[in-house]
Amino acid sequence: MKELTYHRADDAASAVALVAGDPDARFLGGGTNLVDHLKLGVTSPTTLVDVSRLPLDEVTELPDGGLRIGTNVRNSDLAAHRAVRRGWPVVARALLAGASGQIRNQATTGGNLLQRTRCVYFQDVTTPCNKRDPGTGCSAIGGYGRYNAVLGASEACVTTHPSDLAVALAAVDATVVVLGQDGERRVPMSDFHRLPGDRPEQDTTLAHGELVTAVELPATGTARRSTYRKARDRASYAFALVSVAAGLELDDDGRVRDVRIAWGGVAHKPWRAEVAEAELRGRFVSEESVRAAAEAELAAAVTDEQTAYKVPMVRNLTALTLTGLAEGATR
Amino acid sequence: MTADQVTPEPLRSTSSIGTSLLRRDGVEKVTGDATYAVEHPVTGPAGEPPLHAWLVTSTVARGRVVAVDATAALAHAGVVSVVDHTSAPRLADTSDRELAILQDDAIAFRGQIVAIVLAETSESAREGAALVHVEQEAEPHAAAFQEDSPTYAPESVNGGSETDTLDGDPDEALARALVTVDATYTTPHEHNNPMEPHAATALWDGERLTLHDSTQGPRPVRGTLAPMLGLAEEQVRVLAPYVGGGFGSKGLPHAPEMAVALAAMTVPGQPVRLAVTRQQMFALTGYRTPTRSHVRLGAHPDGRLEALRHDAVTQSSRVKEFAEQAAVPARVMYAAPHRATTHRVAELDVPVPSWMRAPGEMPGMYAQEVAVDELALHAGLDPVALRVRNEPDVDPDTGNPWGNRRLVECLRRGAERFGWADRPTGARATVDGEWWVGTGVAASTYPMLWMPGNIARVRSLDGGRYAVAIAATDIGTGARTVLTQIAADALGCPPEAIDLDMADSDLPFGSVAGGSSGTTSWGTAIVAAAQQFRADHGEHPDPGVETTAASGQYADMDGHALHSFGAVFCEARVHRYTGEVRVPRLLGVYSVGRVVNPRTARSQLLGGLVMGLSAALHEEGWRDPRTGHTVTQDLATYHVAAHADVRDIDAEWLDDIDELSTPMGSRGIGEIGIVGTAAAVANATYHATGVRVRDLPLTADHFLE
Ligand SMILES: Cc1cc2nc3c(=O)[nH]c(=O)nc-3n(C[C@H](O)[C@H](O)[C@H](O)COP(=O)(O)OP(=O)(O)OC[C@H]3O[C@@H](n4cnc5c(N)ncnc54)[C@H](O)[C@@H]3O)c2cc1C
Ligand code: SF4
Repeated sequence: MKELTYHRADDAASAVALVAGDPDARFLGGGTNLVDHLKLGVTSPTTLVDVSRLPLDEVTELPDGGLRIGTNVRNSDLAAHRAVRRGWPVVARALLAGASGQIRNQATTGGNLLQRTRCVYFQDVTTPCNKRDPGTGCSAIGGYGRYNAVLGASEACVTTHPSDLAVALAAVDATVVVLGQDGERRVPMSDFHRLPGDRPEQDTTLAHGELVTAVELPATGTARRSTYRKARDRASYAFALVSVAAGLELDDDGRVRDVRIAWGGVAHKPWRAEVAEAELRGRFVSEESVRAAAEAELAAAVTDEQTAYKVPMVRNLTALTLTGLAEGATR
Repeated sequence: MTADQVTPEPLRSTSSIGTSLLRRDGVEKVTGDATYAVEHPVTGPAGEPPLHAWLVTSTVARGRVVAVDATAALAHAGVVSVVDHTSAPRLADTSDRELAILQDDAIAFRGQIVAIVLAETSESAREGAALVHVEQEAEPHAAAFQEDSPTYAPESVNGGSETDTLDGDPDEALARALVTVDATYTTPHEHNNPMEPHAATALWDGERLTLHDSTQGPRPVRGTLAPMLGLAEEQVRVLAPYVGGGFGSKGLPHAPEMAVALAAMTVPGQPVRLAVTRQQMFALTGYRTPTRSHVRLGAHPDGRLEALRHDAVTQSSRVKEFAEQAAVPARVMYAAPHRATTHRVAELDVPVPSWMRAPGEMPGMYAQEVAVDELALHAGLDPVALRVRNEPDVDPDTGNPWGNRRLVECLRRGAERFGWADRPTGARATVDGEWWVGTGVAASTYPMLWMPGNIARVRSLDGGRYAVAIAATDIGTGARTVLTQIAADALGCPPEAIDLDMADSDLPFGSVAGGSSGTTSWGTAIVAAAQQFRADHGEHPDPGVETTAASGQYADMDGHALHSFGAVFCEARVHRYTGEVRVPRLLGVYSVGRVVNPRTARSQLLGGLVMGLSAALHEEGWRDPRTGHTVTQDLATYHVAAHADVRDIDAEWLDDIDELSTPMGSRGIGEIGIVGTAAAVANATYHATGVRVRDLPLTADHFLE
């Protein structure tokens, strides 16, 4: 049996101090991902600092119309929140497309963003994995690849980020509020997760001991008319094969004034399709125009036999999502 | 125990059979009072608490164990001992190499047991297992089931059927045929994952081994383990009062049962508990082999089959042969004067495949029923009409008359209920918003199997009650309930007057709960014993008198071809943008003889349909060829159908009494629900999209445009 110290944090600053000062300490949120990893031996901390009871569990409306979501707001509460459903429907839908009712009741906002990859080799300590054990090699290259990345992968790691919420947050220009030993800093969602490069062990740009305290959502036209679609291997309770979070704002003449597209299931981080967004600005939304824009973004895709399907799948799903938004459909 | 053999008379007057008697063990199960294999409060003779066992497994696919270094594990608090191939008790018989674990240094597949850690708690056992260092020497291995994998012809296939059959000259007839199908169909590794993992508590007292097991057959486990352990059968007792599902994976004893027995024998007087982890189940407890079926059909322009070939290739393990009988159903389904079936096996460095619900029938009928759908298309015939046209008058395999073949009625009844007549003939004809919509049909079949050797005992108790005993098992199917009903009707008393004792190998012989043969075989023995009891002791027996009778062969298996049949209808929707498949409607209509208990029968048939749907859409174990390791080794990565995948689903059955098969008029129902279902789904996706997918599962990428 492994000895494990459990601290229930009283305030955020002391939680940060405890974890920052101990390389073998981890924050514990809802535990739906971390506790699995403890059981599987994927990670072996000696100290857990439970932050799930810190009073960071409110959704507050900001003076500028934005929203501040405390890290301990549970996924199911966030999905059901009226202001979120009205002003950022993509966020609510992404949450509801993920995991199961029970897990969403338990999972926290910060924990969701920091959940780790579902790569089968990462989760199996009997196989080499650069993300789990840096320098041991990547078993997924030449191995099981159905869920692997097609954009932004490296020779060290080809996995994808599993969070649905993170993809939605990337599409609404969210900011993650982080507390470190030197105080608070604000990280734009697009800079929060990273591509694997030669340091796949590092999922995000957070330093050890930095605590997510909140996520802020600006009120925008694209967020108000936004939605999320996810393709998966079964009707529920499965991670995305690919997913699309999108928001759209049209001019009076029906051309695209502004658009946000983020893809899940294609990269080590939520993939903001900025090339596609630029292609679409000023154009009319049609299946053809969106497909062409998505293909421009996907020109950089690298696929193999197991991942080739992701390119047409995400292209088609993007076309469906944006044409649906243009028609005012809000599925 | 020897008992006189009695062949029963049909049960003509029934009052409990046919009713939806509530599950006898339902309340214990839903309230948590039922004790499963590692929950029995077993202690040693002096009150010793159980030790916890944890399995250490190989990480190479072929090679040998150079050394097991247990130093760190033994230093860990709570760890008591580590048993490996140098220290495990020697077996008297090692010919079954799947079960003869820890007898030598050979590694024959990845995930093989190479050591057992015993500790005071399950946590320390697990940590101890992580600390055992196994030095392994790897040898080149072949773990991928490939088209060019070398194969051989087994002596016979699972169930004892012939490996090959040949009637007429199918190759010549195929060359002549005007309408043909020539295609290859594959099914992947499928894993039966009952909720309760394989688990057991064992106690060796120096004389006798007691095993609280999670098994489909206490007597078969005893009969297999005892001689290997060098014990008389009476020295082994296996109990399995509650079993949290099996689906075939607990039908034959597997290595974990031997592991817990060997571990217990190293600590006499102290109980040992072992629960296999979900991950270990993907290597140690059997699975359905991948199959590759080459099916060739040749027909006249009116759809009448002239020739049929089904050549099946499956995977086996170098450790022990298992030859799935995938081409066997092709022998009975349709009339064709020229026919051939063959089975070939690729022997690989992989875990031992075994039984998974409807071995043979499930993958074989998938291939065949998709091929028949393709034939209907080529012949320009409705798939129901084509099947009706090819109904054989007698069993094509044996030439025997049919006992009760009512496939055509199942097809017609299903077609009527499903609204089949309204279906557009052509494929890709219906769009509903984002979805292509189509419907499909397939036939199913399962043989009536009866196991010899069953013995039941009936004893009269006070107050008009009866104790009925047989070493049968209820693996969640409802056997405890339906056997009570059968005993009640056989004795002419209400079910409340029956005390049924089962699931204990000390009781009279009961065969395995497998091959859909349980109710058939145990029920026949119970009826035989009850009728003999009445003959011996009359209608008003004194309390305490008893009769034990062995079941004679009632079923007319030599004179008639006894099979169940069914028809499955499916509506599938395929997403036009992503290729995702959903199944809003699934209906099975079956002819299975008399239904003993509609409530439990319905749940068996629906469960089979769900499992077939799951195989159609999701299930695929992925074995990494580089390591021989199944990497999709949990239920988050090995997908089975979730609730949201199962929509409008229903099963019904024809009014039937089959007096040729059992005195109850019933046949088995445990497996037929899974047979044909995947084909119906595949055929519906073809009708929806015009894309013919021949490789399961029907994942989105197949349909993506
Ligand atoms: C079977 C299953 C299916 C699932 N399906 C989906 C799905 O389809 N889509 C999806 O998006 N997700 C899915 N999930 C994942 C689920 O969303 C995550 O497990 C959950 O969101 C994690 O939140 P948590 O609070 O439980 O995190 P924890 O498990 O507590 O923590 C996860 C990680 O975050 C760190 N952490 C926690 N809180 C903070 C904080 N405030 N600041 C910094 N670090 C922190 C922890 O140290 C840990 O490393 C699934 C999970 C399971 C088990
Ligand atoms: S893809 Fe990344 S997570 Fe998966 S094995 Fe390779 S390094 Fe590990």
